[in-house]
Amino acid sequence: MAHEEKKLKLYSYWRSSCSFRIRIALNLKGLKYQYIPVNLLKGEQFSPEFQKLNPIGYVPVLVDGEIIVSDSFAIFMYLEEKYPQHPLLPSDLQKKALNFQAANIVCSSIQPLQNLAVLKYIEEKVSPDDKIPWAKLHIEKGFEALEKLLKDHAGRYATGDEVFMADLFLAPQIHAGIKRFNVDMAKFPLLSRLNEAYNELPQFQNAMPENQPDSPSA
Amino acid sequence: MAAKDGGEVSSKLVLYSYWQSSCAWRVRFALNLKGISYEYKAVNLAKGEQFTPEFEKLNPLHFVPVLVDGDVVVSDSHAILMYLEEKYPQRTLLPADLQRKALNLQVASIISSSIQPLHMVSILKYLEEKVGPQERLLFAQTNIENGFLVLEKLLKDFVGKYATGEEVCMADVFMAPQIAVATERFKIDMSKFPTLSRIYEVQKALPEFIAASPERQPDAVH
Repeated sequence: MAHEEKKLKLYSYWRSSCSFRIRIALNLKGLKYQYIPVNLLKGEQFSPEFQKLNPIGYVPVLVDGEIIVSDSFAIFMYLEEKYPQHPLLPSDLQKKALNFQAANIVCSSIQPLQNLAVLKYIEEKVSPDDKIPWAKLHIEKGFEALEKLLKDHAGRYATGDEVFMADLFLAPQIHAGIKRFNVDMAKFPLLSRLNEAYNELPQFQNAMPENQPDSPSA
Repeated sequence: MAAKDGGEVSSKLVLYSYWQSSCAWRVRFALNLKGISYEYKAVNLAKGEQFTPEFEKLNPLHFVPVLVDGDVVVSDSHAILMYLEEKYPQRTLLPADLQRKALNLQVASIISSSIQPLHMVSILKYLEEKVGPQERLLFAQTNIENGFLVLEKLLKDFVGKYATGEEVCMADVFMAPQIAVATERFKIDMSKFPTLSRIYEVQKALPEFIAASPERQPDAVH
């Protein structure tokens, strides 16, 4: 019975904002899962076993019985279809498109420019002093765009009064921006307000990096 | 259907695009596959037209493509493609099977998050200034090749005539423009990627792909 209960497995790294997105989704949908840590700093993503699961060497990876899905966007869409409880996309097409746009600003225009591999490159090839300014620049550019995109649509949350996909992608990026890259959130009043709203939700809190089994403070 | 100001409301889709943008290419390709006609509005990125206040209203990130469908405005090629897939389900680009659907979305993400953003002009310009032109090219090539290596591994158990089977799907829509840019702009040696090469030969022969290619666009500069 215990074996059945946790048929979902999530390969995750405590600080990975992409993994954080999916942890929130699983919590909101009330899905139990087995947390399998992959230590990115130690290069565990390059082990042969993990490479077989996900040749790109990124987390998160979701295993659901026979099905293996990597990439947070793909995992999110999979969960949304396979486990439709607590829907995380609105049915209205414009609002749904808005959620995809906000999610993609994060996952194409911000996160890839401040992930571990790129930061390491900047540190080595440009200079260690350029690392944080580089990350800050791209995060703030993206945050400016998000402020403009969402200002006429936000309610209690990013695209209205319910938590949707945009919130799942925003929360981890804001968290990383604050904790790791000294982003000045005073410039982003809407995102600041949203961040406070996210911090009140247990499903977001439980998904936070500090609260994961592989977090150094655990 | 009359507009408030008495002017004519276009029932046609409008696509804001730049001929050389690989992201716009993806959407042009998909619109052709679905048989959807559209009005092409050129945004000259080389002249900075993406920074006009009018365009900023359409996309605060100042990127193309942007799709306008009546009252609905969608920017970001990935979001546009998901919107088109739902609003115009003819010639569906996502398989019904959950594993294959996920695979297509993974390919889309690898390209739109792990490859394309790292060879954008703005990024490469920064690198050229800080580290020099050779490093700039190396950076672009390394990231493209890493991404292609991943796609090679990811797709090898799923390929058919096209990337994920016998039909043209979302993965092909993302892949073909990316490979075109990789070979033409960054001189990537595709012989290192036999699976991708084989599929690309088939993808690039599609009339919908050819009609969507940069040189065929109204704003192409020859």
